[in-house]
Amino acid sequence: MPELSYREAVRDALSTAMRQDDEVFIMGEDIAEMGGSMGVTAGMLDEFGPERVRNTPISEMALAGAAIGAAMQGMRPVAEIMYEDFMTLAAEQVVNQAAKLRYMSGGQLTVPVVFRTQGGAGWSPGAQHAQQLEAWFVHIPGLKVVFASTPEDVRGLLWSSIYDDNPVVFFEHRTLYGIKGDVPEKIEPIPIGKARVHREGEDVTVVATGRLVHESLKAAEEAEKEGVSVEVVDPRTLQPLDEATLVSSVKKTNRAVVAHEAVTRMGFGAEVASVIQYQAFDWLDAPVERVGAKFAPLPFAPVMEQFVVPHADDVLAAVLRTVGK
Amino acid sequence: MAKVEARKTLPESDLRDVLREMLLIRRFEEKVEERFRAGELPGFLHVAIGQEACAVGVCRALEDGDIIASTHRAHGHTLAKGTHPNELMAELYGKTEGCSHGYGGSMHLYDVQHGNMGANAVIGGGLPHITGAALAFRMRGEPRVAVAFFGDGATNIGTFHESLNLAQLWKVPAVFVLEDNHWAESTPESQHSPIRDLSERAKAFGMKALKADGQDVEAVYKTTRQALEHARSGKGPVFVHLDCVRLHGHYIGDPQVYRDKDEARKLAETRDPIAMLRDKLGIGGDEFDVMDAEVTEIVEASVEFAKSGTDPAPEDALKNVYA
Ligand SMILES: Cc1ncc(C[n+]2csc(CCOP(=O)(O)OP(=O)(O)O)c2C)c(N)n1
Ligand SMILES: [Mg+2]
Repeated sequence: MPELSYREAVRDALSTAMRQDDEVFIMGEDIAEMGGSMGVTAGMLDEFGPERVRNTPISEMALAGAAIGAAMQGMRPVAEIMYEDFMTLAAEQVVNQAAKLRYMSGGQLTVPVVFRTQGGAGWSPGAQHAQQLEAWFVHIPGLKVVFASTPEDVRGLLWSSIYDDNPVVFFEHRTLYGIKGDVPEKIEPIPIGKARVHREGEDVTVVATGRLVHESLKAAEEAEKEGVSVEVVDPRTLQPLDEATLVSSVKKTNRAVVAHEAVTRMGFGAEVASVIQYQAFDWLDAPVERVGAKFAPLPFAPVMEQFVVPHADDVLAAVLRTVGK
Repeated sequence: MAKVEARKTLPESDLRDVLREMLLIRRFEEKVEERFRAGELPGFLHVAIGQEACAVGVCRALEDGDIIASTHRAHGHTLAKGTHPNELMAELYGKTEGCSHGYGGSMHLYDVQHGNMGANAVIGGGLPHITGAALAFRMRGEPRVAVAFFGDGATNIGTFHESLNLAQLWKVPAVFVLEDNHWAESTPESQHSPIRDLSERAKAFGMKALKADGQDVEAVYKTTRQALEHARSGKGPVFVHLDCVRLHGHYIGDPQVYRDKDEARKLAETRDPIAMLRDKLGIGGDEFDVMDAEVTEIVEASVEFAKSGTDPAPEDALKNVYA
């Protein structure tokens, strides 16, 4: 099994699809010569040329909308929105247009577009370059939402997203680009709507996304030392959501923690907690615990930033609360 | 391209047909107003009475395979692009026989087979789709042009500026048709734009801009042909500025308290595109009455068709959310 970084895994999915299909192309700000602000598309200009590795001006509405327009004509564009924060500028096109075109046309149109974007704290950019806004898009019927946490997952899920006939908002986490992991020799598509159990356990289920998957795995090791066995599940796709896997895990462990980097209030974890309490109410031995960012914009000073976003310690504390420790 | 070269202007035989089509749109819109006031049509409707020459002049100039994106004022564009009046009326009644099968309504009319990529209830919402569609045509080497309709009010929104900038930067085969009726709902142009000549906005992007009297269907046609030729030959997008007239309110039922009552009356007397073409062709009362009776019958039939259409099952609301 080859080893790839998360960054290389994203690039491999894009490049392999572009080698295979002329309909696939990428567009975004500074993605060509510079290789994107995160270096994800480095080298792709040389292989595919400027028609298919298409630099755009700083025009989030038009770049999202043009990708939609090309997708409506049968292309499979992957539009990179440099920072998740700037999805707010593209939101009109993503939310009002891409998500609803098939519906409003009574099924006449398909919009096979992917909006790739990234965010995540831990490097002190301040309030406008690291937000986690995935929950906003889960709220919109017509969109699929993916948030992958490992090289293998990001590659297989991006592949499936490119070939999905629906608009997909694809979240990557900035601090994960450098992590390495084994991937299959050939790209294996990972179905959209299938959770991954990262670690089996008996006492508590942690449902985590993005960076918090890794923090939860660390927390699970610590908990183990205290005699608490933790199962860690990553839904990987937030819409559609693999409710069955989450619920069956909780029915086994009888306790649940939801964990993400986004602000806790109205975060994705609120939805997961609701799914769990409704479908596994009689199995629960403790209230569902929630771990997320405190209710503040992201601050600049590193000590404040670290305070606002959650870490393994916060997951561990939540896990221990569910078992009364 | 021989066909393209040959069709710079409309022959007189075609002009009679053009008049008939404009009259059909007029009678259709009047019927929509009537049925809305009778309480039969749900929702929020905008008619294009006075702007028929823009829709017909532009759409007649298109080749098969060319596509349009429309606006909230979409009935005229939709009919002119080839959707049958029955299917349009059925959509306004929310029936499955409608062009969007009851999922869209007046502001979300689609007819993909006829190259209509849709009306749009978000001002400027369809403009980037046209830039992107034109990009797709160019990338695949298809000799097609993508055309966006929008109003003067839309020239103030970000998507307008971003989409034109991108289209010109990439030299894609797109045509941007401004229907300048000088009103954005109740706001006159003098209150929404600091410049009087809105084609200056296109020129700021280095885009070729053409102008025509939007009440003169022949001028609209000729100008659109010129724009399409330019775009199709790979020279880049074109901005077409049509000076036109909104004869009725912004929406059906608009009391137009903001508008001088005489203005619309004077415009109706002097700038009605249907009367202008009829005069030009010298069509007399009898001939016109015959034409009018024909189109009125088509419109009446569309109401019958729509009323006897099928209501969607309520649970069909959960279909078409995903492909
Ligand atoms: C983004 C957005 N803002 C506001 C509206 C409400 N609205 C609907 S039509 C309209 C005026 C549009 O004027 P114009 O573009 O000139 O088109 P016209 O109505 O004259 O055909 C407004 C403000 C809207 N639909 N979308
Ligand atoms: Mg206007």
